[in-house]
Amino acid sequence: MSTVAEPPPVGMPAGRPPRASASAGEVMRPALHRIRRLRRETHDTFTVELQPEGGGPCAPWLPGQFNMLYVFGVGEIPISISGDPQSPVLVHTTRAVGRVTNEMSALRAGDVVGVRGPFGTPWPLEAARGHDVAVVAGGIGLAPLRSALYGLLANRGDYGNVVLLYGTRSPQDILYRHELERWRARFDLEVHVTVDRGLPSWHGNVGVVTTLIHKAPFTPRQAVAMICGPEVMIRYSGLELQRRGVEAERIYVSMERNMKCAVGFCGHCQFGPYFVCRDGPVFRYDQVADLASRWEV
Amino acid sequence: MRGPDAVPAAPPAAPLLFDASTLDALIEALHVKGFRVIAPTRRDNALVYGEIESAADLPAGWTDIQEAGIYRLMPREDGALFGYAVGPHAWKRFLHEPVLRLVSARAGPSGMTLDEADGVAQPTAFLGVRACELAAIARQDQVFLDGPYVDHQYAIRRAAVLLIAVNCTAPSGTCFCASMGTGPRAGRGADLTLTELLGGGRHVFLAEPGTARGAALLDAVPHRDATPDEVAEAGAALAAAEGRMGRTLRTAGLHDALLAQSESPRWDEVAARCLTCGNCTMACPTCFCATVDDTVSLRGDHAERWRKWDTCFSVDFSYLYGGSVRLSARSRYRQWLTHKLATWHDQFGVSGCVGCGRCITWCPVGIDMTVEAGAFLEASGARGSAPPAADGGSR
Amino acid sequence: MNSLEQHLSEHPFFMGLRPDHLALLSGCATTTRVEGGEFLFREGQPARSFYVVRHGSVAIASITPHEGLVVIQTVGDGDVLGWSWLLPPYHWHFGAYAVEPTTLISLDAVCVRGKCEHDPVFGFEIMRRFAQVMASRLEATHLQLMNVYEHRR
Repeated sequence: MSTVAEPPPVGMPAGRPPRASASAGEVMRPALHRIRRLRRETHDTFTVELQPEGGGPCAPWLPGQFNMLYVFGVGEIPISISGDPQSPVLVHTTRAVGRVTNEMSALRAGDVVGVRGPFGTPWPLEAARGHDVAVVAGGIGLAPLRSALYGLLANRGDYGNVVLLYGTRSPQDILYRHELERWRARFDLEVHVTVDRGLPSWHGNVGVVTTLIHKAPFTPRQAVAMICGPEVMIRYSGLELQRRGVEAERIYVSMERNMKCAVGFCGHCQFGPYFVCRDGPVFRYDQVADLASRWEV
Repeated sequence: MRGPDAVPAAPPAAPLLFDASTLDALIEALHVKGFRVIAPTRRDNALVYGEIESAADLPAGWTDIQEAGIYRLMPREDGALFGYAVGPHAWKRFLHEPVLRLVSARAGPSGMTLDEADGVAQPTAFLGVRACELAAIARQDQVFLDGPYVDHQYAIRRAAVLLIAVNCTAPSGTCFCASMGTGPRAGRGADLTLTELLGGGRHVFLAEPGTARGAALLDAVPHRDATPDEVAEAGAALAAAEGRMGRTLRTAGLHDALLAQSESPRWDEVAARCLTCGNCTMACPTCFCATVDDTVSLRGDHAERWRKWDTCFSVDFSYLYGGSVRLSARSRYRQWLTHKLATWHDQFGVSGCVGCGRCITWCPVGIDMTVEAGAFLEASGARGSAPPAADGGSR
Repeated sequence: MNSLEQHLSEHPFFMGLRPDHLALLSGCATTTRVEGGEFLFREGQPARSFYVVRHGSVAIASITPHEGLVVIQTVGDGDVLGWSWLLPPYHWHFGAYAVEPTTLISLDAVCVRGKCEHDPVFGFEIMRRFAQVMASRLEATHLQLMNVYEHRR
C-alpha cells in the first residue's frame, strides 16, 4: 500500500508544494492541546487532562493505545491513555521520572502541549467478549489498564467474571484510590489490591501481585488476562497465570521500549522483530514470552 | 519504483548506445529540466556524492581498493568514469537526510503555536546509482512509504528524484551483491541504466531506459540502437564482475541460525573487537535509525525538533527507566547483525543487507560481517552450497 | 472423621493426604482463634507450632530501625504460616499478628516432627508440601527484592 506524494512538476518554481499524501498526513507534527487539569496522584505520579486547542473532540482512540506528548522545548514521551474512551477529554497518568515528565508535572491548566497519536495496538476487549477477564496491574501499569476497565464496564454484560488484581509498592503509591474503592463496592467486579510492603495501618494484602493470582475468582480455562506493569512483573505474572491454567494465547501484555517517532521509522522501540510502537504495545503473551525472558534483547 | 511517471516502460525497450562525450549533454538536459545532478566526485581521498556541473566533475580514471578497514583510491590505466564500486556515502543522505528539522514551535502569550511545515524538495538526479544502492533505496522505500504510516519528508524527496543507475564492472574487495541477489546488474526501479564500455579505442555507454521519463531523457541527446555485439559485451562485463566479488555470504538458513544462537559465545568474541562506534550504521545504505533532538532558543520562545541519524550501537539507544536495555557491546552488536540479516526478513520480507560491503570497509577494526554470519551458519550445521539468495531484491 | 480432621482434609495445604495420615496430623492439631492485632508469635521466640489459616488474615512483620514495624507479607484463607519449626534452631525469624479476627488450625511442631521421623511416608508428604510453599514464597520474595516499582537512577 504505497501512498506517495505526487512529484513536483519538473522545473516548476519551489513555491508549489506537492499534494499531501492520502494517508496519515504529517505524522511527526503534533496537534496542540490545552491542559484542562493537572493533578498529583502520588509523590511521583500525576495525571494530566487534555483537550484539543480550538475545541472539537480528541482523536478517537482505543484502550491500550498511547500518545506522544510534547512539552515545548523539552521533548516528547509516549504515555498510555488512561481515561474513559467515551469522554471527550484525553487523560494521561505518568510518573515524573525524567526531564520531560518532570517539566510536564510543573505545567498548569491552560498550558499548551503537543499531542501525536493515538498509536499502537489496543487491549483485546472484543476478543475477550464471553470470557472471564483477569486484569493484572503492577504500579503505574494500572494507568493503561484503567481505560480497559472502563471499556469492560461499559459493556459489562458481554463478559463473565471480571477481576482486577493490582499490586504496588506501598499504600502511599496506590493510584486512583477513590475510584478503586468505588469499583470495589460494585457487585459485578472484584478488586484485589496488594502492596510490596506495608505499615500496620494498612489492613490489606501485603505481598507481590502474583500472590493474588492463584486465589482470584475466575475460571482459568476460559479467561482472558491483561497484564501491565514493570517488565519483570509481567513475566512473573504471565508465568503464574499459566500455572493456574490460563493459556499463553489468551494472556495479553503491554510492553514498553524507548520511542522517538512512534510510527516505525526511528528503530528505537525494536523488540526482537517487533516495533513496540506499531506491533504493540499490547502483545499476546505467546508472541513475546520467549523474547521477554532473554537478556538485553 | 516511485513517482507516477516512474512507471516501468513495458515491454523493456531495446538497449541504446551513446558516446561517453554525450554524457555532458545528458547532464545539461537534466539541468534544463530543473534537476540538480548528484554523482560520485573525488574529495578527501574518497569517492563521495556531490553536486556536479558537468561530466568533467566525475572521477575519471580512478578506482578503489577496499578491504576490511581499508579504503584507498588508485589511478586506473583507462579513463573510465565509473570504474569503481561504492564509497562511504550512501544515497540515503539525500532521501533520509542526516539532519532534518521536523517541527518549529513558538511560545507566545496564548501558549504554544507551530510554524508552517517545511515541504519542498528540489528535483534531483542521482547519476551513478549502483545495483546494490538501487536495492537499498527499495529497502528504505519499504520502511518509509509502504507501512501504515508514510514519512512525508522522505516521500517528497523520493518523488523528486530521478535515478540513473550504472552497472558495476569493477566490484571491490568487500563487494558481495551477488550473494544477496542485488547485483551487479541493476534491477528494476531506475529511470535509466547505463553500462560503461571502454576499449578498442571507443568509450561508450549502453543505455537501458527503465521508465518513460528515462526514455525521454535519452531522446534529448544523440544516441543510436545498440548492436547485439555491444549488448553481449556489456553482458560479458557484468558476468565477469559477478565472478570477481570480493566476498560471499551464504544466506540459506542464516535467519534461523542467527536467532537460534542469540546466546552464542561468538557474540562475546566480536564484542571484544567492536568499538561500538557505529561507523557501519552510518555507512550502511539501508540502516534507517534516527533520533529526535529538541532545541530551544536562549530566550525560550522558539523551540525546534530535529531528526538526526542515530545508531543502535549507542548505549542510549535503548534507554528506558534510568537504564538501557542493551548495556553490553555484545548485545548491541548482536542487535545490529540480527536485525540486518534476520529480523529484517520478519519485518519486511527481504534481507536488510544489499551486499555493498561498506560496513566491512569502514569498520575501524575490520570486522567482516560475512565472516561473522558465516561462523553462525557453520555453527548451526547448515550445509550445502547456497546459490545467491533469491530474496535479495528488485531483480 | 472428627470435625478437626474434616477441616484439615478440606484445607488446600493438606489436600490429598491419606486418611491415616490425616488422622496422624489431627492428633497434633487444635483450632485457634485470634483477635485483630493479636500476635501469634514474635521474632526470636521458639517455634513450637505452625499454622494453617482457615479464615482471616495474618501479617508477617519485622521491626526495622527507621520505620518500626513493617509488614512484608500477608497470608489468608487456605495459606500455611511458618516453617521455622521444620529446621533447627527452631526459632521464629519474623513476627506474625492477625490483621482481623482469624481462625487457624495450630499444629504442634514437636508432635508433627516426631510423627515425620516415625513414618517416613507421612514425613515425605509433609516435606513435599512445605517445599512447594517455600519455593513459591522464595519466588515471590525475589520479585519483592527486585523492587520493580522503584525508578532506578
